[in-house]
Amino acid sequence: MAQAPPIEVRSLVKRYGEIVAVDHVDLTVNEGDVFGYLGPNGAGKTTSLRMMLGLIRPTAGSVRLFGRDPQLGVAALEGVAGFVEAPSFYPYLSGRLNLELLAALDGGGAEDRIDEVLEVVQLRDRAGDKVKGYSHGMRQRLGIASALLRKPRLLLLDEPATGLDPGGMRDMRNLIRDLSGHGITVLLSSHLMNEVEELCNRVAIIRDGSVAYEGELAELRARAGVSYRLRTTDDDRARGVAAAQSGIEDVGGANGEGVSFTARDEEAVAALSLALAESSALILELTPQQATLEDLFFQLTEGTPAPAEPVAVAEGST
Amino acid sequence: MPGVLTAYRWELRKLRAQKRTYLGLGAAALVPIIFVVALAAGGGRPNDVAFGHYVHDTGLAVPLVLLLFGSIWLFPLITALVAGDIVASEDRNSTLKMILTRSVDRQQIFAAKTLAAISYAVLAIAITGAVALGAGILASGFNPITSLSGTEVSASRGLLLVGASLLVYLLPILAIACIGVLFSTVFRNSGAAIVGTLMFSLLLQLVGILPGLGGLGPYLLSTQFNAWQGLLRTPIDWAPIARSAWVCAVYALPAITVAALVFLRRDVAES
Repeated sequence: MAQAPPIEVRSLVKRYGEIVAVDHVDLTVNEGDVFGYLGPNGAGKTTSLRMMLGLIRPTAGSVRLFGRDPQLGVAALEGVAGFVEAPSFYPYLSGRLNLELLAALDGGGAEDRIDEVLEVVQLRDRAGDKVKGYSHGMRQRLGIASALLRKPRLLLLDEPATGLDPGGMRDMRNLIRDLSGHGITVLLSSHLMNEVEELCNRVAIIRDGSVAYEGELAELRARAGVSYRLRTTDDDRARGVAAAQSGIEDVGGANGEGVSFTARDEEAVAALSLALAESSALILELTPQQATLEDLFFQLTEGTPAPAEPVAVAEGST
Repeated sequence: MPGVLTAYRWELRKLRAQKRTYLGLGAAALVPIIFVVALAAGGGRPNDVAFGHYVHDTGLAVPLVLLLFGSIWLFPLITALVAGDIVASEDRNSTLKMILTRSVDRQQIFAAKTLAAISYAVLAIAITGAVALGAGILASGFNPITSLSGTEVSASRGLLLVGASLLVYLLPILAIACIGVLFSTVFRNSGAAIVGTLMFSLLLQLVGILPGLGGLGPYLLSTQFNAWQGLLRTPIDWAPIARSAWVCAVYALPAITVAALVFLRRDVAES
């Protein structure tokens, strides 16, 4: 029998009166995934995560973690760890005592791992200090340490890099990459596109409580296709030529900003360059542009296309 | 798998690290000392309360007088100080989401918290009793005490009866603790829960002295603070003690049941 996936969410709904915070969300996170859970603030990411961890009850639908229902008790959280929003600790206890408390509530020899996890998050020197004196970054790291105490097979992290300085963000990314390298499945809720782009193999983009996209990051990019930016000696004429050319679509571009278009395939682009030369609109620049995750995010969450970034430059003139 | 005992141990550890715990226990220790010092310095005696007449004759009378004085607001406040905070502090620190995603179930966490609040209340009363006895005996000696029936009770039997009185006094205190836990769970705010618990206690005392409501007296929680006096009669009058047991249960059990249901069913989101 195939093992149940780390996370399986089906038709998950959470309503607060008239407000629908999560609206029929379906998600599957597979073993070994670093799964990016993306969405603007208030889209329902944290509410979904709370339901996944059994902290709040779904109005409808189901969550299964390795096939177990977290609503039925903490037994479903075996092998699962993480935090929602900023990790919180008892401010009047030291970092180490907080970990000792959580380890005691974990059982299974978690106490023996305290030094090891403090080392991983580089907090061993400050472990004796009270948490109320910790910086935001230190609390985030202590949050990771507390999650690692459970020797998780699945980590759910809600905006782990929020509030960290660039160095802290880099360290957090390295840590997540490292944990993933050790076979831990990670669900990373974030609105930092570069973080998700760098770390995740699969993503779900949530908008107004609903999943707008779920799948491979590469597939999402492919779906968006490649657009081109063209600059010629006569952009007005080039625009007309492009619009009449078979296989060329979405011709646009304001005056003075060149011409933009999408192409069915590269042959259509080659045919267009020939047509432009024949009509004396000589090519000064022709650049394929790959949509970034941020572009795709805006397209999916706001429905507005955003400028794409160049992936390669083909410059020249004929 | 860790269970209630582990969670309870850590609840006590958390209480040991908080100032409010020492504030309550400090008051429980300090009030008897202030009382005895004031008695020794002033030379007067609180004749209008039971055993007040004997405070200079035997130290055994001191804790009994303090039980009467303390029932108005001191012990309800000391009890509420921790019971009203025990769940609400988790909301204040946003720590529920951390402890409820470990390997101890909600009901076990709740049981541990209730036990910790009760343990603290028991300790507070024990400290008051011990300090009052010690200070009273130092000031007035370890002498026989006159019961409410007018018979003389030996010092050693009197000591036993004082101990038993403290135990009976715990019944309404534990009911107050349960109400404090309920308010702490429902209000999710320590200040509101502590003040609410104290107000509830004071309100019942007010009801007890309102003309026309005298018939309610035996069933008020505030009245149960006097049930221990049955022990200081000859022979012992068990009726007020038995009534105290079930009346306190009538207050405590629904409160703690509702608190448990709210805690088990609540959504843990940021407050």
